[in-house]
Amino acid sequence: MRPQITYSSPTDRRLTALVRHLADDPFSASLQMDSQNTISPSPTAAFNGDSVFANVVQAPEDPILGVTVAYNKDPSPVKLNLGVGAYRTEEGKPLVLNVVSRAEQMLVNDQSRVKEYLPITGLADFNKLSAKLIFGADSPAIQDNRVATVQCLSGTGSLRVGAEFLARHYHQRTIYIPLPTWGNHPKVLTIAGLSVKYYRYYDPATRGLNFQGLLEDLGSAPSGAIVLLHACAHNPTGVDPTLEQWDQIKQLMRSKGLLPFFDSAYQGFASGSLDADAQPVRLFVADGGECLAAQSYAKNMGLYGERVGALSFVCRTADVASRVESQLKLVIRPMYSNPPLHGASIVATILKDRDMFHEWTIELKAMADRIISMRQQLFDALQSRGTPGDWSHIIKQIGMFTFTGLNTEQVVFMTKEYHIYMTSDGRISMAGLNSKKVPHLADAIHEAVTRIV
Amino acid sequence: MMSRTTICRGILTRDSGFGLRSMSSWWGHVEPAPKDPILGVTEAFLADPSPDKVNVGVGAYRDDNGKPVVLQCVREAERRIAGNQNMEYLPMGGSVKMMEETLKLAYGENSDLLKEKRIAAVQALSGTGACRLFADFQKRFRPDSQIYIPVPTWANHHNIWRDAQVPQRTFHYYHPDTKGLDYATLMDDIKNAPNGSFFLLHACAHNPTGVDPTEEQWRDISYQFKVKGHFPFFDMAYQGFASGDPERDAKAIRIFLDDGHSIGCAQSYAKNMGLYGQRVGCLSVVCEDEKQAVAVKSQLQQIARPMYSNPPVHGALIVSTILSDPDLKNLWLKEVKGMANRIIGMRTAIRENLEKLDSPLSWEHITKQIGMFCYSGLTPEQVDRLTNEFHIYMTRNGRISMAGVTTGNVGYLANAIHEVTKSGSK
Repeated sequence: MRPQITYSSPTDRRLTALVRHLADDPFSASLQMDSQNTISPSPTAAFNGDSVFANVVQAPEDPILGVTVAYNKDPSPVKLNLGVGAYRTEEGKPLVLNVVSRAEQMLVNDQSRVKEYLPITGLADFNKLSAKLIFGADSPAIQDNRVATVQCLSGTGSLRVGAEFLARHYHQRTIYIPLPTWGNHPKVLTIAGLSVKYYRYYDPATRGLNFQGLLEDLGSAPSGAIVLLHACAHNPTGVDPTLEQWDQIKQLMRSKGLLPFFDSAYQGFASGSLDADAQPVRLFVADGGECLAAQSYAKNMGLYGERVGALSFVCRTADVASRVESQLKLVIRPMYSNPPLHGASIVATILKDRDMFHEWTIELKAMADRIISMRQQLFDALQSRGTPGDWSHIIKQIGMFTFTGLNTEQVVFMTKEYHIYMTSDGRISMAGLNSKKVPHLADAIHEAVTRIV
Repeated sequence: MMSRTTICRGILTRDSGFGLRSMSSWWGHVEPAPKDPILGVTEAFLADPSPDKVNVGVGAYRDDNGKPVVLQCVREAERRIAGNQNMEYLPMGGSVKMMEETLKLAYGENSDLLKEKRIAAVQALSGTGACRLFADFQKRFRPDSQIYIPVPTWANHHNIWRDAQVPQRTFHYYHPDTKGLDYATLMDDIKNAPNGSFFLLHACAHNPTGVDPTEEQWRDISYQFKVKGHFPFFDMAYQGFASGDPERDAKAIRIFLDDGHSIGCAQSYAKNMGLYGQRVGCLSVVCEDEKQAVAVKSQLQQIARPMYSNPPVHGALIVSTILSDPDLKNLWLKEVKGMANRIIGMRTAIRENLEKLDSPLSWEHITKQIGMFCYSGLTPEQVDRLTNEFHIYMTRNGRISMAGVTTGNVGYLANAIHEVTKSGSK
C-alpha cells in the first residue's frame, strides 16, 4: 500500500507519472524526478525501490544453537540435550543461585538505589573485587595499584575490549589460540583487528593435552606474540595443563616475551575451589610480568543473561595502569558508552559481604561437585557395560564439557536412535546430564561405539 | 663478594627471562587519553564546595529537588521480576517481547511494516549500542558509503562511526544567529550530497541544541530524501521525553515511513524510562520483505556476537513488563509526561526570569527548543564566568541541561546568566 506523495508542481506530477511508466516497478513511489536532475542510477541509490541492503544474505545458523533448535523439535520423551552450555540441576532446570536471589532482592528493596549511568569503566567496587577474586586479595600487583580493571559484558565483551586495545596499542597483532577453542574466540579476536594463529593443544589419541606440540608451537611463535590461555576448564575439551606444565608454559612464554591473555570463564566452577582454579593466572602474575585476564560471571554465579564480566591489565607500574585504563575508555565509549548496572551490582553485593561470599562458595562447589559426580557416574556406567575403549578421559577432563572422542557418524547415530543431542565434534555438556539419564547416555555411547567404528 | 640478595635477584632475572630482564612495560608508550569533556564537568561540580553550586551539565533527568528519579512503573516492574526470572542467555538478537513493544512505539501500534514483518530488529545496548551496531552493519554491507552527521551533534556519534571505520561528512543544522534550524543550508546540503548518501537524523529533541525541524520542514526533508535516494538513519533517544507524548515525538519518523522510506532507527530507554545504567535499546532496519528482514537480522546478530554475544536481560525485562501491562504502560505514559512537563516548565521559568531582569538579548529560543538540552548561545568565556563566579557548571558550548534546573535554582541561574550577558553584545 503506497501512500500518496504531495507533488510540488504539476510538472513534478507529470514527470513522476512519466517515470512510473518507465520504471520496472510502476508503483514505486521512491522514483521521483527533480526537474533539474536526471535520474542517474548509482550503486547506493534507492531509486528503483530496492533496499540499500538488498545485497545482504542470511547468515549461517550458529552450530551450537542449531543443536538446541533440533532438540526442541524432537517429540521423543527420552530426548536429552547435551549441547547446552549452561548449568542445569538434577531436575534439568536452569538454576538461579540462592545467594544471587537474595542479593537481587536486597537491591530491589533498597529504595535509595538509582539507575544512573555507571562510569565508562563500570562499577568501581565490582572492578576491585573482581581483580581480587582472580589475582588473590594479597596479590602484590593489586597492592601496588598496577592492575587496571574495567567492567565488561561477560567474557565475550572482556575479550573484545582487550583485543581492540591490543590491536591499537600493542606492537604485535598476532594472537595464538589453542586448537580447538571456543567457537567465538577467532571471531572476536579477528574482528578486533588481531590475526589469529593456532597452537596445538588437544591430542585426539590420548584425549588429553598435546604438551609437546604446545611447547613447540609457542616456542616457534614470534617474540612478543599474544597467547590466549584458558585459565581452567578448557572449552570445549575439558583438558587442562597440570600446575607443573603451567610453570613450564610460563617459563617458555617469559623467555620469548609472549604476552599472556587469560580467558577465565569457569573460576570455581571447575574444581569447586576459586583459588585452585585461579592458580595458573596467579602463577603468571607472581613473577612480576604483565598479562591480561578476561573474567566472566556467567557460569560461576549463574548470571548468564546479565552479561557480567571484567577485563584486567596487570601492568608494570601504577602509572602505566592508569594510562591503560584511560585508553580502554576510548574503546568502550563508542561501543556501548558504559556497562549494564544490574549484574555487576549483584556480584559486588555478594563479593563484599563475608557471609554472602561464603554462601556463594558453597553453592558454587555444589554445582562443580554435581558435574564431577556426573563424570564419575558416566564413567562407571561405561565400565560396567564393558564399552570398548579407554573412557578415563571423562573423569580426567574438568569443567562443564567433555570431549568424548566420538566421531561425527557416532554422534549422528546417537541423535537418531537415542535422541541425544550434542555438537558434532562429540562435545557433551555434563551440566545437561543427570543421574536418571546416565544409563540412557551410556547405552547410546556403548551402541554407537560398538556398531560404528 | 655478592650479597645473597644480589645472587637471588640474578637468578630470578635469569630464569624469568625477557619480560623481567627488560624491566619495562609493554604499555610504556601508551598516552593518557583525553578526558571526556562532559564527564569533566560533573567531576568539577562534585569537587566544588560552594553551597550555591548548580549542575546543568548533567545529561540525566533530575526531579525538582535535583535528585535522580527511578520511575514508579520501573520500581513496580522490578518488584515483579525479582526472584521470578531465570537469568539464562537471551537470544543473540535479544528479547523478542521487548522488541515487539519497542517497535510499536517507533513505528505505530498498527504499522503495516510490523504486520508484514518487514522490520529487522535487535536489542541493543541503549542508543550507543544501537548506533554502533548500525555503523558496523553499514560498513560491512555498504563499504563505500559514508555518514552525514549534523553540526552539532552528540559528541559520541563521531566516535561511533569513526570506530566503525565509516567515513564521516557533516551537514548544516544549527544556526548560531537564530539559535534555530539553519533550514536553507540544511536543504542545500541534502541536495548537494551524492545520491544515496546515508544521513544521521535526530528524530526529536536534538542533542545538544534542542532545535527540531517543524512538521512541515520534516515533510520537505523527507521529500528531498526521496529525490536523492538518501538513507535516513534516525537516532531517537528522547521519544516521549520531548513533548510528553511518544506518538507526537515519533512524528518525523512516521512522515518518512509514510513517504515509503526504508529507514534505520536507534531507540533508547535511558531517558524516557530512566533506565540509564541498564543499557536498554533497540536497533531496527526496515526491509523490502520478511525474507530480507530475516537476513538482515541474522547479520546484525553476527555483529553482536563477537561484541558481547547477547544483550543484558534485566533492563529488557523491565521494559517488556511495563509495556505489555496496560496499567503499567499507562503509568509510564503519565510519568513520562510529568518529566517532559517539568522540563517545559523550567524553560518557561528561565525565559520569564531573564525577561523580567530586562535582559537586552532575546531568550525566545529557550522555549522554542525542546527536550533535555538548551543551546543557550553563551560563549565559552561566558560559561567560564558562570562557573568561576557563580559555581554554575555546564559544557563550554553553552549547552544547558534543563534537567538540572529546579524551582529552587532557576532564579539564581537566570540572574547569573543575566550578569554575564547584560552587556548584550550578542
